[in-house]
Amino acid sequence: MSAVLKDAWNGLLDQAWLVPALLLIGFGLAFAIPEYNLLNKYIQLVLMYIGINIILTVSLNLVNGYMGEFSLAHAGFMAVGAYTAALLTMKVLPVAAYPVLFPLAVLAGGIVAAIMGLIVAVPSFKIRGDYLAIITLAFLMIVKSAIENIDYIGGPRGIPGIKRLTTLPWVFFWTVATVWMIRNFVYSKYGRGVLAIREDEIASDLMSVNTKRVKFLAFMLSSFCAGIAGALFAHLLQFISPRVFDIIKTTDVLIMVYLGGIASIGGSILGATAYTALMEVLRPSTMAALFNWLPDLIFDPLNQYIIQNLGVWRMVIMPLLLVLVMLYWPRGMMGQREFRGFIPRRDRDAYRRINAPVNAPGEKP
Amino acid sequence: MVYWLQQMLNALQLGSIYALIALGYTMVYGILTMINFAHGDVFMVGAFFCFLAATYLGLPFVPTLLLTMIGAALVGVLLERLAYKPLRNAPRVSAIITALGLGLFLENFTLALAPYPKHIPPLLENVTWDMGGVSLSSLQVLIIFLSLGLMFLLDYVVHRTPVGMAMRAISWDKTFVPLMGIPVDLIISVTFAIGAGLAGAAGVMYALAYPVIDPYMGIMVGWKAFISAVVGGIGNIRGAMIGAFILGGVEIMVTAFFPSTYRDFVAFTLLLLLIVVRPYGILGKPRTQKV
Repeated sequence: MSAVLKDAWNGLLDQAWLVPALLLIGFGLAFAIPEYNLLNKYIQLVLMYIGINIILTVSLNLVNGYMGEFSLAHAGFMAVGAYTAALLTMKVLPVAAYPVLFPLAVLAGGIVAAIMGLIVAVPSFKIRGDYLAIITLAFLMIVKSAIENIDYIGGPRGIPGIKRLTTLPWVFFWTVATVWMIRNFVYSKYGRGVLAIREDEIASDLMSVNTKRVKFLAFMLSSFCAGIAGALFAHLLQFISPRVFDIIKTTDVLIMVYLGGIASIGGSILGATAYTALMEVLRPSTMAALFNWLPDLIFDPLNQYIIQNLGVWRMVIMPLLLVLVMLYWPRGMMGQREFRGFIPRRDRDAYRRINAPVNAPGEKP
Repeated sequence: MVYWLQQMLNALQLGSIYALIALGYTMVYGILTMINFAHGDVFMVGAFFCFLAATYLGLPFVPTLLLTMIGAALVGVLLERLAYKPLRNAPRVSAIITALGLGLFLENFTLALAPYPKHIPPLLENVTWDMGGVSLSSLQVLIIFLSLGLMFLLDYVVHRTPVGMAMRAISWDKTFVPLMGIPVDLIISVTFAIGAGLAGAAGVMYALAYPVIDPYMGIMVGWKAFISAVVGGIGNIRGAMIGAFILGGVEIMVTAFFPSTYRDFVAFTLLLLLIVVRPYGILGKPRTQKV
């Protein structure tokens, strides 16, 4: 049974029409759902979170998966994008022009985040591995601590009352745009450089890969996308504070990357979707709704227990899941495999030949 | 002058707590070249063990300290055996991610069991002496001297005993050391146990000095201890002690001159600059990477 399912699954991933079909369906639904209220508001919200998480996961996968570096700064870039966009829409842009200017605010959030990405990109020329992880972590802490100390942007209290400008079509647009950018980058000349750096940086430098430029671009692109995700996130949650963007947020994204599988855009999309959906299912209210069909005699005490305890245990399950994935499922859902539709035509033959890569990324043969 | 003496005393107290935790980071890094990001949370677990022993068992100070150290050591060994050992030959990133996950797990697990901050009962009578304007409490003296004592003990163990010799041998070379009949797995577990035990002791001292504990207290203190280890040169035991006192001093000076919210900002900026300029720290030696 499981073999049949596995074959069917692999066959589905190999279909060239999968990605265009998903794109078309997604496009239709993104406009139809809010227009005709096809799904209730909560599920619409979850869909938007899934979109934002896909942006975050794909962009972190560029650095942590394809390039094999270890960045913890993603929540920091997200914070920069969120604060930039929120301040623009709240303090600079006129209210009347929101529908037109909101994408510009999101773009500005991405650009400022990309500039902050330099702080991580420049040290990464010299420093690798553990120490780069520490630098990215220090960056995250510095961003958080800096925001806490600037009173103009609310300090530790954060910014309340942001307009809810993020809508499902916008999330869909930005998700497709960032996935498209990163997919193109990964399969471009620079993308080859990124993979070469993962395998061996010094050797790729000797083989005339311009490692500095490649790293520079990869970090900038990654943080740009994180900034965009942050901007969308701020205008969806309507409240941001430094506490929202702490190390736990980065860990969330890390779990999605490794659950989906490193060096795979399709994997990141699946991982982000699966993890976001799982975390929403584990919410007390959702669980209570799920068990609603039980007779009251069982349901009431169960519901009581769930409402009192699940919120905390959910946070216990999350890191445990990360550890278990690392220990028992290091490839994740699609480690180093890909939806066929994401692979450019010229690469498909080569991809089919090496269909089952022998070594997990980062592993020395 | 009096003010400065007082601040230096505070810096010594803070630095000695950092030092005890930093030793765990630096020992594990020295032997496995792995950053055990869950170590700060072992310190937190230690503080909670101290709370359990002092409140529910009603033990006095010395048994509480010993019990906490043993409990924390067990937690450390358990983490190593269950999570890090299977990943010893995996890509190094896997181990770092696992460590981060374990840290979060310890925090949230403790939170699930103990949702509200806990008060530690005063285990010792605290006497405050006034020496020409400088106030010195018996607690400060205890913390400083106890941690110095533990540090000298550790230094003795690492540099003068067979176990310490085995540790240094493993950190020197992992291929041939097993051939010399050294039980590598055992020594690695012992290293984790010692590091975690010291973190447990730090947990007790922290809980005595700042008696309200909560499950997230280990994050910041753990990172600060980690910065200390990097400042001193990670992998170097004496460096970690020096780094911790430097960081404690810097933090106290920052809070003396600026609003206290700048403390973390300065500490992490220091870390960032140090890694860019001198990644091997004060006492560490630069490693050359071979192709």
